[in-house]
Amino acid sequence: MALLTPALGLIFWMLVVFLLLVFILRAYAWKPIINGLNDREKEIQSALDLAVETRAEMAKLQANNEKLVAEANAARDRIIREAKEAADRMIADAKEAAATAGQREIENARETIRNEQQAAIATMRKEVATLSLQIAEKVLHRELSDKASQEKLIADLAATANLN
Amino acid sequence: MSTSIRRFLPVLFTAICLIASPLRSFAQDHSADIPVTENVDDTGDLDEHRLAETEEEFNIGEMIMHHIADSHEWEFAHGVVLPLPVILYSPDRGLEVFMSSKFHNEGHEYNGYHLIHGDTEAIVPVDESRTVYDLSITKNVASMILSAIILMLIFISVAKAYQNRQGKAPRGFQSAMEVLILFIRDEVVKPNIGPNYQKYLPYMLTLFFFILVNNLLGLLPGAANVTGNIAITMTLAVITFIIVHINSNKHYWAHLVKPTGVPIALLPIMIPVEIVGVFMKPFSLMIRLFANMTAGHIILLSLFGLIFIFKSLVIAPVISAFALFMNFIEIMVAFIQAFIFTLLSSMYIGSAIEDNHEADHGH
Repeated sequence: MALLTPALGLIFWMLVVFLLLVFILRAYAWKPIINGLNDREKEIQSALDLAVETRAEMAKLQANNEKLVAEANAARDRIIREAKEAADRMIADAKEAAATAGQREIENARETIRNEQQAAIATMRKEVATLSLQIAEKVLHRELSDKASQEKLIADLAATANLN
Repeated sequence: MSTSIRRFLPVLFTAICLIASPLRSFAQDHSADIPVTENVDDTGDLDEHRLAETEEEFNIGEMIMHHIADSHEWEFAHGVVLPLPVILYSPDRGLEVFMSSKFHNEGHEYNGYHLIHGDTEAIVPVDESRTVYDLSITKNVASMILSAIILMLIFISVAKAYQNRQGKAPRGFQSAMEVLILFIRDEVVKPNIGPNYQKYLPYMLTLFFFILVNNLLGLLPGAANVTGNIAITMTLAVITFIIVHINSNKHYWAHLVKPTGVPIALLPIMIPVEIVGVFMKPFSLMIRLFANMTAGHIILLSLFGLIFIFKSLVIAPVISAFALFMNFIEIMVAFIQAFIFTLLSSMYIGSAIEDNHEADHGH
């Protein structure tokens, strides 16, 4: 069968053409094409990686933000509460101080009044004694001339003395 | 389903008309040619004329063999012939180069050489004792060189596109070729050869596109049947065989001498089987591509031959429609065979270079 007999010339040219084709295409076509494909694949991969990284970072940032907001809220609440407490305390302190001061004023006034009273009583007593003495002196002066009056006087004196 | 058929019908009808009308005129031309052929046959030698058919004795087998065989000239259509250079080497005369049109004479004889048209074309010296090596640029060689030029134009321009448009999305023809290149790299070469695939990728890509372009060129009317020629497929298979055995590791050779898991008593049988297997792989590559492409051409030529056998204008559109259908199948086969040749070559290389050689070999 001629169909199944390979022709020598055809094998020779096939080898020459095909091997030349392999080497030419390898140098001028496949190498740049494969390099281009590999580069692009790398680029795509790195872009995808970057996107994933960025997303993770964004999520982290968001979580951070939320934490910061929560912290700020808590700080605000605490500050308000503390301010309120301080205000309350100050009002209470002021009230207490005012009350103590009033009390003290009242005490002082009372003391003064008492002292004045004592002094007045002492003065009055001295006045009364002096007056009594003067009266007694006058009475004695007049009564001693009369016996009955003397006795009456003594009795009166005794009676008043008992009262005193 | 029915709408697609309805949409397809006008297309089919137009295609039939388009294909049938030149064929009809060709058939008429052919019948008009017959007296001329007869005249030539009367004057020349009847048995050596390759179109030795008359209206009465159209030899379809001869016509088909003539079309799928190689030739020293390129006949695009009946009478439109491109002469090709004949290159002969003989130890006594050295290199001789002349155009094949020199044989266009009564005896098909020139300079002591005789062009015979038997089962296939051959140049034999008139002096039987001389040995001559025929290194002519035949129809197949010319077609192969044409396909090589097409491949270089396509892929060097695609490579330029990759260099000029670095970091940009592929565009136009570049993206069309990229699909095929990526398919060969990611689906054929990478899974079958393994991690060291980079080294073999240029060969595999060239192999695939060379076979594909030659398969598709062979479908054109008047074109050569390059991949359906056993010399071409044999050369491709032998190159694969050599690549496999240059790069094979010790596991591959050890497996030949001592297949794993085979009892000692069976070794006298298994070793010859393994050795036959080594040569069977490239042999199957060779036969598969050759047989598929040749068979496709034979089917198409047989269909067209029916027109001349029936000598009926009515049958021509029917045959043409069927031939159109066969042509679609042949386009598919062109892709499939290029893919299979590349896939099996990758598998052979992969099995010879893999590290732990398991019982995963095709015999």
